[in-house]
Amino acid sequence: MRFKGGIHPKYNKSTAASSVEKMPLLGRYVVPISQHIGAPGEVIVKKGQEVGRGEPLTKAGGFVSAPVFAPTSGKVKAIKEFPHMMGNMQMAIEIIADGEDTCWEGVKPLGLWREQTPEDLKSAIAAAGLVGMGGATFPTHVKLSPPADKPIDTFILNGAECEPYLTSDHRVMVEQATEVMEGVGLMMRVLGVTKGYVGVEANKKDALEALRNACPKDLDIEFALLEVKYPQGSEKHLIYALTGKTVPAGGLPMEVGCLVQNVGTAVAALEAVEKGWSLIERVTTVTGSGINEPKNISARVGTPLQDVIAFCGGLTSAASKVIFGGPMMGFSQFSLDVSLIKGTSGILCLDADEVTQFTAGPCIRCGACVDVCPMGLVPSALGQYAERDRYAELGELCVNDCIECGSCAYVCPSHRPLVQLFKRGKAELRKLQQQAG
Amino acid sequence: MIVATCVLAGLGLVAGLGLGLAAKFFAVEVDPRQEEIGDILPGANCGGCGYAGCSDFAKGVVEGKAAPDACPVGGAETAADIGRIMGITIEEKERSVALVLCQGDSTAAPTKFHYNGMTSCASAALVGGGDKLCGAGCLGLADCQMVCPFGAIEMTEGGIARVISERCTSCGKCVTACPKNIIQIVPASAPIHILCRNTDKGGVARKACTYACIGCKKCEKFTGDGSMVVTNALASTDYTNPPQDPAVIGECPNACIKELDLSKKAVQH
Amino acid sequence: MSDEKDPKTSPTPPEGDKAVEAKPAPKKEKPAAPPKLVMSASPHVHKGQDVTGIMRDVFWALVPAVLVGIWFFGLPALRVVAITVGGCLLFEWGYLKLLKRPGSITDFSAAVTGLLLAMNLPSTSPWWMCLVGAFVAIIIAKQIYGGLGYNPFNPALVARVLLLISFPVQMTTWAKPSSIIAFDAATGATPLGALKEYLSMGNTLPLPADQGASILQLVIGLRGGCLGEVSVAALLLGGIFLLWRGHIRWQIPVGFIGTVALVTGIAWLASPGSYASPLLHCLSGGLILGAFFMATDMVTTPVTRKGMLVFGIGCGLITAVIRLWGGYPEGVSFAILLMNAATPLIDRFTKPRVFGARKLYQEAKTA
Repeated sequence: MRFKGGIHPKYNKSTAASSVEKMPLLGRYVVPISQHIGAPGEVIVKKGQEVGRGEPLTKAGGFVSAPVFAPTSGKVKAIKEFPHMMGNMQMAIEIIADGEDTCWEGVKPLGLWREQTPEDLKSAIAAAGLVGMGGATFPTHVKLSPPADKPIDTFILNGAECEPYLTSDHRVMVEQATEVMEGVGLMMRVLGVTKGYVGVEANKKDALEALRNACPKDLDIEFALLEVKYPQGSEKHLIYALTGKTVPAGGLPMEVGCLVQNVGTAVAALEAVEKGWSLIERVTTVTGSGINEPKNISARVGTPLQDVIAFCGGLTSAASKVIFGGPMMGFSQFSLDVSLIKGTSGILCLDADEVTQFTAGPCIRCGACVDVCPMGLVPSALGQYAERDRYAELGELCVNDCIECGSCAYVCPSHRPLVQLFKRGKAELRKLQQQAG
Repeated sequence: MIVATCVLAGLGLVAGLGLGLAAKFFAVEVDPRQEEIGDILPGANCGGCGYAGCSDFAKGVVEGKAAPDACPVGGAETAADIGRIMGITIEEKERSVALVLCQGDSTAAPTKFHYNGMTSCASAALVGGGDKLCGAGCLGLADCQMVCPFGAIEMTEGGIARVISERCTSCGKCVTACPKNIIQIVPASAPIHILCRNTDKGGVARKACTYACIGCKKCEKFTGDGSMVVTNALASTDYTNPPQDPAVIGECPNACIKELDLSKKAVQH
Repeated sequence: MSDEKDPKTSPTPPEGDKAVEAKPAPKKEKPAAPPKLVMSASPHVHKGQDVTGIMRDVFWALVPAVLVGIWFFGLPALRVVAITVGGCLLFEWGYLKLLKRPGSITDFSAAVTGLLLAMNLPSTSPWWMCLVGAFVAIIIAKQIYGGLGYNPFNPALVARVLLLISFPVQMTTWAKPSSIIAFDAATGATPLGALKEYLSMGNTLPLPADQGASILQLVIGLRGGCLGEVSVAALLLGGIFLLWRGHIRWQIPVGFIGTVALVTGIAWLASPGSYASPLLHCLSGGLILGAFFMATDMVTTPVTRKGMLVFGIGCGLITAVIRLWGGYPEGVSFAILLMNAATPLIDRFTKPRVFGARKLYQEAKTA
């Protein structure tokens, strides 16, 4: 099924063919304790403590939470606030590597996933600190624990990677196809689901073929090439494209019995179970006109951004924006002192002339945003209400259904910062609703 | 011609009668004091009293829900008038004004990145907390100026907000509008003020702004009477007992403390 | 960035690395040193289209029809175009300057307004009337509402209608088109004007050959009328260009012209003696100009596709009613202005369905 709206930006996936390079071990890592949606974990290490690779540094601070781990063996140097990729200062644990990279003695593989009970699998995934690695960073074990009244009957692997520039999922699908499909089987076993879909955008035919060939015989998986259109990888639109089901506004995919997982998460789930590895390393794309040697890298979680950039030849002199994630939904950075986190699917460095210049000119009501909004909203009207601080009207116009995909701002001829307006509007609306009780 | 005139006149008559009857039947009983109070209120409908507007406030006063001296705009005279109407005496309340607790203009406070987006402090604060290196610095995008119903806020050449205290009625709109929480309502009679809200310590604060409070406690020690206290590496004035001796100004290594005359008031019109 | 206790904890990547220079965590007392990155909300890339580009395209789309008008009506027409475009630019510049408003005349919007106004005037318009029109369009119809993006009515049409009811004689004094091509020009009166007058004298159609205009004359523009509305061929060329560029959507012109054709067609079939054929109605007057260039003005028309269709149909209905039964021979301007007023209402009732909206969900549940 084709969803309404969407855009066709320049994809610029120049790193699609370059194999993943492993980053060499560094002398220093900074691991933020909050790398997921939900409560931050509680720190369980002390300053000066020796830690092994994969040793938990925090324990989950609630059900919707995930621990973080030491990316390598070494000593805890500091536990304090460091710049975080969300643009603020957040608690993080600084580790000085000892260069040995010795594995923590607590690392124990569970064994082959087919021989485990779903409960054991789920707790292994929770213990490994898995979160959605496509960027949303929602703790995986929470997603895998649907409430009893909302049973899941369909598992969906999200290989759309619709964000321009990013190729990390593509490379994972090509290079680790077997692991991806085994991970899919594993998560389907956790959920007790028999029907699975794999959706890949049509510009990555090789990835889909690799996955199809690697699919275990006992899994009932439907492989689908999806139209190349942004935001094809949005959960709701992916479900619609694959199954024709419409997730109700304001609802989660489980309302229609679906669960969507990222390819990186599938690999991490398999490694957590069969190797006992916690989530301390991920594949990420470093690309854009602002970096000298664009490449796909495999880096430890907690790697400082400037080391990543140095590994990729450094920024060009014209680089003016560094973004965590893709160009459509990523977060721009002001400091190269931030670290890579579990959800960092890409690091995009853009030259000044490639960057959007928001001018906040008046809306000329051209309707381009209405045409492209995949959620069926009227961004032009939303933007005008938000600009005038009329948040009640924003609620009436369903601003909370906005997925902040940025399609509207991408096409706006007045270069209005619509997503920023909606983010602000949502925050103010939440305040209003809290006041009203 | 005659027919047309008659028709129009008839229509007018019917409509007028309808309106008159409606006014009779649907008339709402209003306490006469409410209208009286409504007449003497400033009519700015600023909401500084916490009610939806001046007539709502008048209703609240008559019903006994609102304090008669809660109108920040009218001040003492209005409160006294309301007291007369309500038949009670009002103790005179001290005039207060809003004050921007930041001196970090473009020459004093560096930025950490180039901001590109909405010209609004509240929106800018969502992007990396605003472009000022100082976490409590005025972003200078004039949200407070936009909400001020009295034109009592101006942007300085250095790009930060300044309250024109003569025009300020301390309605408090700017205080809620500021995403950085650096505007405070202070008594107009207080002579000495600490113009910083930065809670960073020493070096970090100094890097953030040349006028940053570094929490050195010199002012706390100098005053010694609790009129200036340092909590969380930030000195603040206790406005129930404001310091009076200007000598404390010289104590601050970063010139955060200023003597200001906020007591002047513009002629009411 | 905040590392006050121990500055040496700053990371130490390899010496001489470029990343070190780009690192924005300065050591003490050097806050100005690091190059600053740009930070904004997402998205970080853009399609690359802007308002000026759209307006420029609209401007060029209008040029063929204006050139045909100048070709047929000669130097007086050129004079009208020059005065209105110049006047609009001047008034816009003066207003922005005087009131220190943001914006610039280089965004082509005032030029487009001027051009559209000229196209809606007879080539014989006196210079002062052109200036009054430019003033009304820019200052009264556009700027006092807040400028580009805020005007509820199409500025050029407001000016045209104001001139039409203030100076009816000047606004209906048509020059006879002349051409070096060996076609006979039609009469000086507009085809629709001639039609209305002929019918009002109690005659029955068809029109005598010397009073109307042939289809060919209508298509190339050898007929009386406002200087930009005469050539259907040139207008269609510009309209197709705009459709191809995606600046206008088919819903408005198709809805507009289709409805006019339908209503006049029904009337014609019912009584061919008292109503002219739909073909004449579609090709004459300002319908093509209005449907492709005036009713598609982005600011004053609905933003949704459904709304645009409603808008177009509404314009068509009003136009047809005025032409067939109203006092004026032509009703395109009035129709568009009336529908402009209805635009907020149309927008309100033609909101697209929100993806997964509750209503749909409940229907699915109960089904």
